[in-house]
Amino acid sequence: MPVLIPRNVDELVEVFQEHPQAKLLAGGTDYMVEVNLHGRKPETMISLRQVKELTEWSVRPSQSRITIGAAVPYADMEHGEIARLVPALAQAARTVGSPQIRAAGTLGGNLGTCSPAGDSLPVLAALGAMIHVIGPDGNRDIDFVDFMVGVKKNSLKPSEFVHSVSLPIIEGWQGYAKVGTRNAMVISTASACLVRDIDEGIVTIALGSVGPTIIRARDAEAWLTKSTSLRAGADLNPAVAQEFGRRVALESRPIDDHRSTADYRRHAVGVLAQRLLTRSFS
Amino acid sequence: MSSTVASTGTRHGTLGTSASRPDGVAKVQGGFAFSSDMWADNMLWGATLRSPHPYARITSIDVSGAYEIDGVSTVITAADVPGKLTYGLIMQDQPVFAAIGDTVRYSGEPVAAVAADHPETCQRALAAIKVIYEVLTPVTDPEDCISGVAEQIHPDGNIFRHQRIISGDTSIVGAIQVEGTYEIGMQDQAFLGLESALAVPDSGGHGLEMYVATQWLHEDRKQIADCLNMPEENIRLVLGGVGGAFGAREDISLQVHTALLAMKSGRPVRISYGREESFYGHVHRHPAKIWMKHHADTNGKIVKIEARMVFDGGAYCSTSPAVLVNGITHTQGPYKCENAIVDGWAVRTNNPPCGAMRGFGVVQACFAHESQMEKLAVAAGLSPVEIRLLNAMETGDRMITGQIMDSVAPVAQCIRETDAIPLPPPMSQDADLRTIPGGTGLTALPSNIKRGVGWGVSIKNLMYSEGFDDYSTARCRISEGVVTIKFATSEVGQGFTMLAQQIARTVLGVDDVFLDTIDTQVGSAGSTSASRQTWMSGGAVQAACRAALEQLFDHVATKNSMNRAELEIEGTDIVDRLTGQRVAVLAAIDGVDIDCTEEYHHPATEDMDENGQGNCHVAYAFVAHRAVVDVDLELGLVKVVQIATAQDVGRVLNPLSAMGQVEGGIAQGLGLAVMEEIIVKDGKVRNPSFTDYLLPTFLDAPTVEMVFIEEHEPKSPLGAKGIGEPPCISVTPAIANAIRQAVGRELPRVPIRPYDICL
Amino acid sequence: MSINLPVSGAAQSHEMYSLRVNGQLHEVKDAWIGESLLYVLRERLGLPGAKGACEQGECGSCTVIVDSKAVCSCLVMAADAVETEILTVEGLGPDGALTDVQSAFLSEGGVQCGFCTPGFIVAVHHLLENNPHPTDDEIRESLSGNICRCTGYGRILEAVRTVADQRRKNS
Repeated sequence: MPVLIPRNVDELVEVFQEHPQAKLLAGGTDYMVEVNLHGRKPETMISLRQVKELTEWSVRPSQSRITIGAAVPYADMEHGEIARLVPALAQAARTVGSPQIRAAGTLGGNLGTCSPAGDSLPVLAALGAMIHVIGPDGNRDIDFVDFMVGVKKNSLKPSEFVHSVSLPIIEGWQGYAKVGTRNAMVISTASACLVRDIDEGIVTIALGSVGPTIIRARDAEAWLTKSTSLRAGADLNPAVAQEFGRRVALESRPIDDHRSTADYRRHAVGVLAQRLLTRSFS
Repeated sequence: MSSTVASTGTRHGTLGTSASRPDGVAKVQGGFAFSSDMWADNMLWGATLRSPHPYARITSIDVSGAYEIDGVSTVITAADVPGKLTYGLIMQDQPVFAAIGDTVRYSGEPVAAVAADHPETCQRALAAIKVIYEVLTPVTDPEDCISGVAEQIHPDGNIFRHQRIISGDTSIVGAIQVEGTYEIGMQDQAFLGLESALAVPDSGGHGLEMYVATQWLHEDRKQIADCLNMPEENIRLVLGGVGGAFGAREDISLQVHTALLAMKSGRPVRISYGREESFYGHVHRHPAKIWMKHHADTNGKIVKIEARMVFDGGAYCSTSPAVLVNGITHTQGPYKCENAIVDGWAVRTNNPPCGAMRGFGVVQACFAHESQMEKLAVAAGLSPVEIRLLNAMETGDRMITGQIMDSVAPVAQCIRETDAIPLPPPMSQDADLRTIPGGTGLTALPSNIKRGVGWGVSIKNLMYSEGFDDYSTARCRISEGVVTIKFATSEVGQGFTMLAQQIARTVLGVDDVFLDTIDTQVGSAGSTSASRQTWMSGGAVQAACRAALEQLFDHVATKNSMNRAELEIEGTDIVDRLTGQRVAVLAAIDGVDIDCTEEYHHPATEDMDENGQGNCHVAYAFVAHRAVVDVDLELGLVKVVQIATAQDVGRVLNPLSAMGQVEGGIAQGLGLAVMEEIIVKDGKVRNPSFTDYLLPTFLDAPTVEMVFIEEHEPKSPLGAKGIGEPPCISVTPAIANAIRQAVGRELPRVPIRPYDICL
Repeated sequence: MSINLPVSGAAQSHEMYSLRVNGQLHEVKDAWIGESLLYVLRERLGLPGAKGACEQGECGSCTVIVDSKAVCSCLVMAADAVETEILTVEGLGPDGALTDVQSAFLSEGGVQCGFCTPGFIVAVHHLLENNPHPTDDEIRESLSGNICRCTGYGRILEAVRTVADQRRKNS
C-alpha cells in the first residue's frame, strides 16, 4: 500500500478521490501517535508535504482577512506577520506541544483531529473562522461552529480536505490563555480566546477543553454587550469582568477526568474569561 | 584511613576534580550503546501481553492465533517456565506469567510473551492471543487490608509487613501538640531510557548472555537463573547502557521474559518497552498515608512523636518491607527525639506494584514530618528556621530506634548555610510571562501572583539496612603497563565509572585508567541504589587499587633498592620519603603483572526487634532546602522560583557531578510537589504516558543555589557520603510549605493540584 | 504527476524508498508503512543516536532536523520523509570531531545518563543557529520540548550559555 505524494492541490483532489479511504498526513503529530501507541494500522496515506499551496498564507487587506494554508506549521504563526495580524493565534500556537511539535503541527491537523483540547480551535471559534475545504464536488466554506460537531468529529465529507482557514483581521484586542499544570508543553485543562472588536463594540469568547466541542459563551457575550460599552476608549468596571467570568463559567460543560475536575475547569475558564476581558481594556 | 587519597593534590582527573566522564564523548555523539541500542544478527523482537484487569481469574489462554501470523517465532506463557514460577527481591511472590486458574493481581500483569520478526508483528501476535478472564472486584483500599475485611488476594496474605517503633517514655504529653494526616501520591521514576534487554542464547542451549539495563546485575542473574532452572554460572549478564534508573531497575521487569523467549526460540531476542508499557512494567514510589502527632514543650522542643504510616505496596512485594522500615525509622526527621510510638504498615492491594524510588520511604516520612514542623513553628511562635535549629539532631544523639547517631550530623549547619543564601529578588511587575505561573499559557500577569517561602530538612540513611551485607567487589589489574579496573557496579548515569577512574588515578598515580566491561564476571557490587555506590563500590575500587599499589611498591622497592616502608604516591611518581628518590609510576608499572580483587563491606547492622529497636542503618546524610514559589491563587498554578540548599556530603569528589546530582534530585522532588502522579482509579492507571504523567520541563526548573557542607565522614572509605537521594527528599515539603505560606491552606497532600489551591 | 510510493505492510515486499540522511542516500527495503523515521534511522540505517522515550512527541529524545526544522522523528512517517534532508546527531560533527555544543555539554556537566543528550544536542544546535544570543528564558522555552530526568537542566543551561558566549567571542 502506498504513500501518495501529490504535488499540488489538483493532484491532491484527484488522488483523494481515487483513494477515498486514504488518510491525509501533514505534520503527523497526531496521526503517528495513533500508529505508535494506539494500534492504528496505516494503509493508504496521502502526504501533504509537497503540496506547496497548503503551506502558504496570504492577506487580503481589502477584505481585512488573512488566509492560512492547512499545512502551515504552528512555528510560522508564533512570530512575524501572522502574529502581528492575529496575535491570539500566535499565543495559541506558542502553547501547542513543544517547539518540535510546532515545527510540524498544523491548523489542518487540529481541524482534522477536532479534539476539544486542540489549542488553536478556540481562536478559530472566537474569530469566526471560515474553513475552506475542497472535495470531489468542489470547494465550500464552512463556519467553524459548523465544522466541529463533536469530540473528535468534524463535518468533512468523504474525500474532502481542509485547504485553508480564513480569519478576519480585527480592529481591537484579542488574546488567548491556556491552563495546564506545567509551564510549557502541556495539554490544556481549560483554555479561552477572547476577541474584542472595538469598531463593532462586541466581544466574542470561545472555550477549549470544557465541553465536547469548542464552546462559544454566547449568553455571556450578549450580557456583556448589554452591560458595558466595548468600543474604543471605554472603561471596564471590575465587577462587570467578574460577572462576565461567572457567566462564562456557567456556559462551560466540563467533565471530570484524569487531567482535572469539572469543577476546576469551570472555575478556571471563568477566571480566564475575567482576566482576558480585563486585559482587553488595559 | 583515607589519608593516602586525601593527601594527594588536585591533578586533573583525580578525586576532588571535575574529571571527564569516560562515557561522555559517546553520549554526546549518539554512539553510546544503551540497552535499547543492542542488536544481534538473526535477532527477534519480543513483546509482552498484559492483563487489562487489576484482579481477575484466568480461565483460559489460547495462543494459537498468534502462531498463525507470519513472522511469529515463539509464544510463551506460564506453562513454558522451566524453573521457579515466581520472582521478587525480598519475597519471590510475583509470577513470571499469570497462569491459567490463577489470578492476575494488577492491571498490566504479564500473561504471555511473543517473539517475532518485527515489533509490529509482535503487536499483531499479542492481539491474536485469546485470554478469557473472570473479572473480580479489586482490593484497592489499604485500610481494608489492615482491618482484614479485604479478600486475601495472594496466598502470602495482604500484609507485607507490620512494624512498630515503641521508644522511650511514651507517656509524655507535650504542652504543644500538632497533628495532621498527610498523603503522598504515586510517583514514577520516569527514567528516559526505557526498559530493554537483549538475550543471546548459547548455541548448545545450555546458557545465555544478556545485555540489560539494570541497577544490580548479580541479583538479576540470580532471579533469572532460578526461573530458567539454569546454573548462575551459565548466564553472563552485561550492563547495557542505562538511561537513568532512580529505583525502577532494582526489580525484574523484562529480564526473565527475554531470557525465556531466547531459550525457547534459540535466537537472540530483544524486548524494548515503550513508555506506556514502562508504566506497567516497573514498580513505582509507594503512595502513602501518614498520620503524625508531635508533642513539644512550651519552647517548641519536640518531646514525643506519634505516627501511623500506611504504604500501599500494590500487588507484589518488591521492596515494600524495606521501604516501610525506612519510612518509620525516619519519622523523627533530622531532629532530636527519643520518645515515639510509630505504627507502620505495608500492604498488598490490586494497585500497581510499588518498590524502590530515590528516597525509598524517606520521601514519604519527610513530607509528613516537615509539614508537622511548619505547624509546630506556628504553635510555638517560632520561625521555620528557629524551630528547626532548636530541634536539630547532632552526632551522638539517641534516635527513636535506639541507634546512636554516629555519622557526621551537621544539621544546624545545613540550615544556617541554606538560610544565608540570598533570596531571589521579588517578582518584577514586568517579568517575562514565561517565568511566572502558567508560563507560556499566558494565564496570569505578575499582579495575579503571590510569593511564598518554605523550608524542608531531611535525614537519609545510606546503604542497605537491617543486617544486610550489601558488599561490593572490584578488581584492579596492572598489566602491560596499563591499569584496568573491573566491577559490576551499574553505571546508571550517576557517574560511577568516572569516579572509579578518579580513585584509581589518585591511589595509583596514573593518568590513564581503563575500565573493563561491567558484567557478572567479577563479584557483586550490590545495587546502584540507597546512595551507596560511592561509598561501597568506591570503597571496593579504592581497596583493590591499594592492594595493587602494595604489590607495586614491593616490586619497585626491590627493583630500585628503595625503602619499601617509606614509599608513597606523589602526583604521578612513587617517592621514597627517606631518600627523596623518585620513580615515575608509568615507568614502574612497565612489565609488572598485578591482579587484585577486593571486597568492601560496611559495618554490620542488625534487625530491629518487635518494638523497632536496633542498630538497623549504616550511616546517614542530611540536607536542608528552602523553596521560593510564586502562586497564582485564583488558578492554583505554581512556579518554583528558587531552591536554596546546603547538603552534607562528607567530601565533594567531583564538583560538577555533585552539582548535577543536587539539581537533578531537586527537579524530581519538585515534580512530586506539584505535578507528578500516577493516577490510579479502581486499580487502573489512568495516565500511562508523557502527555498525562507530567515531568518538569526546562521552564519548570528553578534556579538552584547550593552549598556543600564538607565535613569528612570518618566511617566512609573516601570520606564522602552518598549524595544521590537527599536532594529529592526535603525539597518536596519545602515547596509544599512555600505554597502553604502563599495560599494559607493546610494542603496535606502532594502533588498539590491546582484545584487544591484555588477551589 | 504524483509519485506513487509503495511501502509494503508485509515483510516479503520488495518495494523500497530512499532517505537522505546526513548527506547520504540510504535505501529502505521491505519496511512497514507504519514505521516512524525514528525506527528506520535506528533499526534499519544503523543510526541509533536519536532515542525513543515516549513515541508521542512529549520528550524530544528523538529530535532530528528535517529540512532545517527540528522535529520529533518518532512522529515522522519514514516513508513520508523522502525528498527531505535529514540531519541526525551523528551528522553534526565533521569526521567524528566534537562540535562546540557537544564539547560544552561535557565541560559543563550537561550529561548524566545521556539518554536525552543526543536530542538536546540537536535541539541546541538548531536553537543557536536560529537565535545565536538567546536569553536564559529563551533557552528554557526553546528547549522545553526536551525532557531531562537526570540533570534538572541546570548544567544544560550552563552549556548553552557557554556555547553562545564562545560563538559571540569568536565572531
